[in-house]
Amino acid sequence: MTEPTGRRPGPLAEIEGRPGVPKPDPLVVADGIVRTFGGLKAVDVDHLEIQRGVITALIGPNGAGKTTFFNLLTGFDRPQSGTWSFDGHDLTGLRAHQVARLGMVRTFQLTKVLADMTVLDNMLLAARDNPGERFFGALVPSRWRSAEEANVERAHDLLRKVGLDAKAQDAAGTLSGGQRKLLELARALMVEPSLVMLDEPMAGVNPALTQSLLAHITALRDEGRSVLFVEHDMEVVHEISDWVVVMAEGRVIAEGPPAQVTADPVVIDAYLGTAHHRDPEIPR
Amino acid sequence: MDLVQVFTDGLRAAVGVPAIAYALAVIGLNVHFGYTGLFNIGQIGFLAAGAYGAGISASLWGWPLPLAILAGVVAAVLLGLLLGLPALRLRAEYLAIVTISASEIIRITVRSTSVEGVTGGPQGIGRWASSFYDVNPIPSGRYGIGSIEFNHRELWVMLVGWVLVALAVLVTWLLVRSPWGRVLRSIRDDEDAARSLGKNVYAFKVQSLVYGGVLGALAGLLLAINANYTTPGEYQTVFTFYMYVALILGGIGKLFGPVLGSMLFWFTLQATDVLLRQLIQPGSWAATYIEQRDIGQLRLALVGLALMLLVIFRPQGILGGRAEGRSR
Repeated sequence: MTEPTGRRPGPLAEIEGRPGVPKPDPLVVADGIVRTFGGLKAVDVDHLEIQRGVITALIGPNGAGKTTFFNLLTGFDRPQSGTWSFDGHDLTGLRAHQVARLGMVRTFQLTKVLADMTVLDNMLLAARDNPGERFFGALVPSRWRSAEEANVERAHDLLRKVGLDAKAQDAAGTLSGGQRKLLELARALMVEPSLVMLDEPMAGVNPALTQSLLAHITALRDEGRSVLFVEHDMEVVHEISDWVVVMAEGRVIAEGPPAQVTADPVVIDAYLGTAHHRDPEIPR
Repeated sequence: MDLVQVFTDGLRAAVGVPAIAYALAVIGLNVHFGYTGLFNIGQIGFLAAGAYGAGISASLWGWPLPLAILAGVVAAVLLGLLLGLPALRLRAEYLAIVTISASEIIRITVRSTSVEGVTGGPQGIGRWASSFYDVNPIPSGRYGIGSIEFNHRELWVMLVGWVLVALAVLVTWLLVRSPWGRVLRSIRDDEDAARSLGKNVYAFKVQSLVYGGVLGALAGLLLAINANYTTPGEYQTVFTFYMYVALILGGIGKLFGPVLGSMLFWFTLQATDVLLRQLIQPGSWAATYIEQRDIGQLRLALVGLALMLLVIFRPQGILGGRAEGRSR
């Protein structure tokens, strides 16, 4: 297991921190995304670019629209207006499974492990292009057995990395909160994503597991993937993110390297002005 | 009182044609509800699609029976697509509304005198499956063990029926243990998780609905061929609920649950019927409380009671293993 390797400003070192700033190699580009619930504008993002190959944190006080923005980008919700693309593919109007197949895979704030299925089955489910997932293909085991075996091997490799290999045959419902986060992360990797989107990966994880999770997230970047994660904990954000995007009341109010962003009066105002009289950070 | 007769009559019903047809339909329902989590409460509509699809093409257009049976299966596929394509995009509850409505629409439509020329209206379509019995290889006579006896005609339908049940179990087994079945179970557990991993949940639900619907059509075909008649009265909504009773009895999400549950359902129904009839022999104490005409309702109440006891003491069904939901 690797230790967190710290920030890697790299390609973003020279970029000025301001909302909507263009990046040298954007993987995700979003424009004019508006999502309203009744009269409330939950998300209203004019322009945002997510750099390839780095860890970007999406932070903001409760109700800032971070999770809604996540849902919009990944096809789990539809905006009233706006366009967005991933790796040159226009994602506007695509459904969630199509987004995932393009290599943009998300996890959930409240983990969605499939509790009745084994840990291994959770992993195998996520593998791509299994011929046994076609109705008629499924009836002929010889058509899918070799693909399945290769997937089993890859699943065990990934489970070993996150320390869950011993639990491969257990029902996923028996895992602890932190283990579920690890399983969800490993499962997302079975899809072979180029962008991993983690919605509050640290929520409900005990401190002992936090370090290990952080190490796994930085390892993702070091093996060439991009990471976008939603987080509340500023310490975590400081520790691993290369770039921070701050949302408040649906808008991107600041962007920049962690040190700059956390010192930004606009950000402090958004956090202190709202966070301390909204509900406190309830551990999930 | 003759308990041996109660038992043998029950056993006779447990292996008879209605139990076989239920087994087929309930295997389909199990694919829907047990493995995919689709709440289809109009399975009887698929039985009607199968029977009327075949009945109409045989009687109205004079198609040979094998072709007519194929038409019945195709009708069920079309019904599955017709219901599934719009309803499965929506929240789960809508499928329940759509399936039960559709099954009633079918029943009321085929019964209507305005289409009497096609469906036979309230009288239905008779004698369209006679050629099934022309190819009966079983010599005339009665066959059986003790008082459990069937004639060559019944036995021929039963033989074909049990082969179909065996095939349905085999195909369903292949499907649910395959990666396809794994996707179904993931949809039942949490369809958003499946979506986030790139699975086209909608397409899998449509496939599940159509496959289970085809098994329903086979059940409808078997019943219609057995009666050599197709009438609207056989497709009432309540029969779907009897199928659910059988499914719960046997064990939801268990491969053999539907077969065992259907046999048990028909065994109980028949055994209680015989038992009640014996109880109300003139002069007996029960005769003062129960009349002949109440028996039909009372035996269903007893099945209901059995179901309640089962849900209380063994909620996972007869075949249920550990915690509910762990399939296979």
